Parts: sequence; structure tokens; C-alpha cells
Amino acid sequence: MAKELLKGNIAIAEAALRAGVDAYFGYPITPQTELLEHMSRRMPELGRVFLQAESEIAAINMVYGAACTGAWAMTSSSGPGISLMQEGLSYIALSDVPAVVVDIMRGGPGLGNIQPSQADYNQLTRGGGHGDYRCIVLAPATVQEAIDLTVLAFDLADKYRAVAILAGDGLIGQMMEPAELPPMRQRSRTPPPWALTGARGRPPNSITAFSIAAETLEAMNWQLQAKLQRIREREVRYEAWLTEDAELLVVAFGSVGRIAKTAVREARAYGVRAGLIRPITLWPFPYAPIAQAAARVKAVLVVEMNAGQMVDDVRMAVCGQAPVHFHGRPGGSVPVPEEILERIMTLSKEG
Amino acid sequence: MQTSVVIAGFGGQGVLFAGLILAYAAMDKELYVTWYPSYGPEMRGGTASATVVLGDEEIGSPVVRHPDIVIAMNGPSFRKYEPLVKPGGMLFYNASLIADAGTRTDIRYVAVPANAIAAEIGDTRVANAVMVGALAAVTGILPLEALVETVERHMPPARRAMVFPNQEALRRGAQVVAGLGQPVAS
Repeated sequence: MAKELLKGNIAIAEAALRAGVDAYFGYPITPQTELLEHMSRRMPELGRVFLQAESEIAAINMVYGAACTGAWAMTSSSGPGISLMQEGLSYIALSDVPAVVVDIMRGGPGLGNIQPSQADYNQLTRGGGHGDYRCIVLAPATVQEAIDLTVLAFDLADKYRAVAILAGDGLIGQMMEPAELPPMRQRSRTPPPWALTGARGRPPNSITAFSIAAETLEAMNWQLQAKLQRIREREVRYEAWLTEDAELLVVAFGSVGRIAKTAVREARAYGVRAGLIRPITLWPFPYAPIAQAAARVKAVLVVEMNAGQMVDDVRMAVCGQAPVHFHGRPGGSVPVPEEILERIMTLSKEG
Repeated sequence: MQTSVVIAGFGGQGVLFAGLILAYAAMDKELYVTWYPSYGPEMRGGTASATVVLGDEEIGSPVVRHPDIVIAMNGPSFRKYEPLVKPGGMLFYNASLIADAGTRTDIRYVAVPANAIAAEIGDTRVANAVMVGALAAVTGILPLEALVETVERHMPPARRAMVFPNQEALRRGAQVVAGLGQPVAS
């Protein structure tokens, strides 16, 4: 298929359709509204469910309900809406049903603003709601990767019966780039054996995020943890670029990952051996590759569009092998390559 | 080799669309390209903008502090971006609306009476395409004919009536700067 010039938000929506989403529930919020708009047109065209909920709380609980019937359900929002969804995400996590959530992050906290941000990192990667759980978190750096990771989000959510979150930001959502969409996937509409489809002719299924008995709930928790451990072992994804001979390692994700790439390229032109690790899965986090790369470098620089969140994971990965520095822009400001290059050059002189 | 272009002006001057002409033409030429619009509060401050980065290698940052080329459609944009143009870069400005004199000696200024030309074509909305045509002729980053074809190929059905005025604007923009051209290698 030929490349098209696609806006991130539209690309994500269209990729979800082609991956096989059955039902979309959402509530508009900038900078992701084009995603919902696209769904409002395309889902009815395809005979699928589009519903604009009365709030994000309603939307995530509709996702929960639809997922319990075996449907592939999704929602999308931005920071403030994602915060409202945390209770529902926690219920979905213990219920072992698949769901896909898109967060096109904007400046926070509070109402914040509508500019790009990565300040939902902690909320997305730590579970966000109450109880012990994690969501799979995928962070695209290009419109093409936003498409590919949207498809992957559905496949991983389905495979592990887990929540998969696509963590973009206003920049990825609003920018346009040539990209190629996958063909429309033909899906079998047979519901999985655990789905709530009316128990006619079979023993009833039960899906719940509750058990009054401590021993039962503990067992459910350990089962959930075992699943999360399998995900940790199998699903780590990252991009390593020019790390083999690097003496300075930059770690950045999503749109900042690509901005940092320009800075690393320019640093190389000045003779500084910089390299980049860009986590693609924010959870599970690529601790091991960062640890291995950090063993060979003089310093690590973490760049984020926030006041410092992923830097904690990088510190855990590096584990004292090299000093970890941080450059952050919170509140909706986007770092430019020049300021990252400046930090790289300063650090290389200190080394 | 990459080139960054910022197109800035009032909301309604078509700066996002001007960027799209460049972005679609770059894609049609199988170049790498990114298009990033301002979508925040600056839209209300007189300097809406689109940033286009294009080139023959994978594009890292879609945002730039110091663009190679700026198109300023109005005074506030001229004043905001004049100091930001990369040394050795170019500032194309809409001389119909901007009376300011350039103050830098390390960049090149190209005055284009875009509104006046658009009015001659009969549609002031295509002043943006006049500027893009001038940019193509002077810089050579994309051939004029590629831009003209792109407008035909990608104009959505509801806007087909705008195909010819935009093509005419691209050509007139290129003509008005004819002779100024020093195509940069790309």
C-alpha cells in the first residue's frame, strides 16, 4: 500500500479500525479529539459501535463492559481524562479482560494546557489506579510507529487479557508524516470461552474484580502477578541507536526520543560518541539493555517532557554504574535538539 | 540533507495549508517529511505556524529552534521569527502587509507582495500559495511543477474549486522572484 500523509491522531484511529476494534467509547479532549472524530465517522460506516460517553468515567466502564463480552474495546483521551479512568482501569486489570487505551498526553497537572507533555509517565507505568497491577505501555516516536504500536496494543491486550496503553503526546497526535496503514483485518467474531455471552447451554462464566475472602483475593493477585511477570519476560521493546561505541548514553522515549536522535546525530558530527536508547515499551521497561549500555559509558542523560519521571527507572537500570543526568521540560514545552545537544556537549567536556 | 521551514501568520492566512503543500509535494517526491502545526494558545496571538522538515534522510526532530527558511505572512510573525532564522538562512515575507525593514546581515530577505498578487488572481485566500511558489523558485528545495501537481493530486473533493487559484498563485509567486533564484543543493 502506498504511503499517505497522516496526522498521528487519525493514523491511530484508522489503525485501530484495521486491527479489528469492535467498540469505541470516548469523550472529546484536546489534543486527541481528531481520533474520536475519525471514529465517530468510520465506526458506524463499518457497522461497529461508536459511543460518545457522558464522561471519561463512563467511557472506561463501557470499555470494561464491552470487553467482558469478548469484544475488542477501546477508548482514548488525554491526561485529565486518563486520571478519571483510573478506577475503571484498576477493575479491568483484576478482571483479566483486554482493553486498549490511548493517552495523547498534554501539559499538567490539573487542567494544565493542551500542549505536548510526557508527564503521565508515572501514572501510566505504575498502574495508576489502586491495587497491584500494571498496564502494558507503548510509546511511539513516529506516525508509522503509532500505527504499528496501535495494532500491537490490540494483539498484546488480547493475548494477555490485559490493558495496553498507547502513550503518545500532543506532538505525535497533531503532526503529519507519510505512513502506511495495514490492510483491514478480517477477525473471527467467535467470542472467547471466558466471555459473558449469556450462559445458554453452558456453565455460567464469572468476571469480577472482587473477592471478600483474603485467601481468594491473594490467589487472584498472585495469578495476575504471574501474568505480569510473563509480560516482563517477553514483551520488552526498545530501539538502540549508535550505542556500541557510545561514551555518552541518551535515554528518551516517544517524540522526545526522535528529537534526541537529531541531537545525538549532531553530537557525533562534533566528534562526541553519543548513543541513544529509546524505550518503546515504557512498561515493561527495558532495564537490562540500559544496564548493559550504561556499563560502557561515562555518563547517562535522560531527556523527558516532564520534570523527571522515567529518570527514576533509568537510575534503577543504571544502578550506579554511571552518573545519571536529567534534562526536562514540563508544562507543555517541547525540547528542541539544540538544548539537548548543549547538555551532551557540556557532559562530554566534564567526562 | 534536511531543510526546515516555518510558515507563520494570522489564523486564516492559510499557514497550515501552505505547509501541507510543501509536505504533500515532499511525500510525492519520496522525501522524508514532517508537518507540525501550532495548535495551542499562540493561534490567538497572531502567529499561528506550521513547521515542515523535509530531506532525504530519516527526520529526527519535527521541531526546530532555528529554521533554515521562514515565511512570514504578517508583521507579528516577521518580528517573532526574524531573530530565529538560522544564520545563512532565508526570510520570505509578505510585503503587502509587512513594512518592516530587515535588520540582520547574515540572512537573506525576499519580499513578496503576496496579497497584491493574490488579489490579481482574484482570490486573496491564495496569498499563502504565492509565498510557497516564491520559496520554491528561490530555494529549489522542491520543483515548482511538483508543487503545482501536488495541489491537483491532493486537494480534497470539497475544495476542488481552489485547485486552479492555488496553482496560479504558486506560478505567480515563482515569477515575481524570477532572477533572484540561487537554488541551494538538496
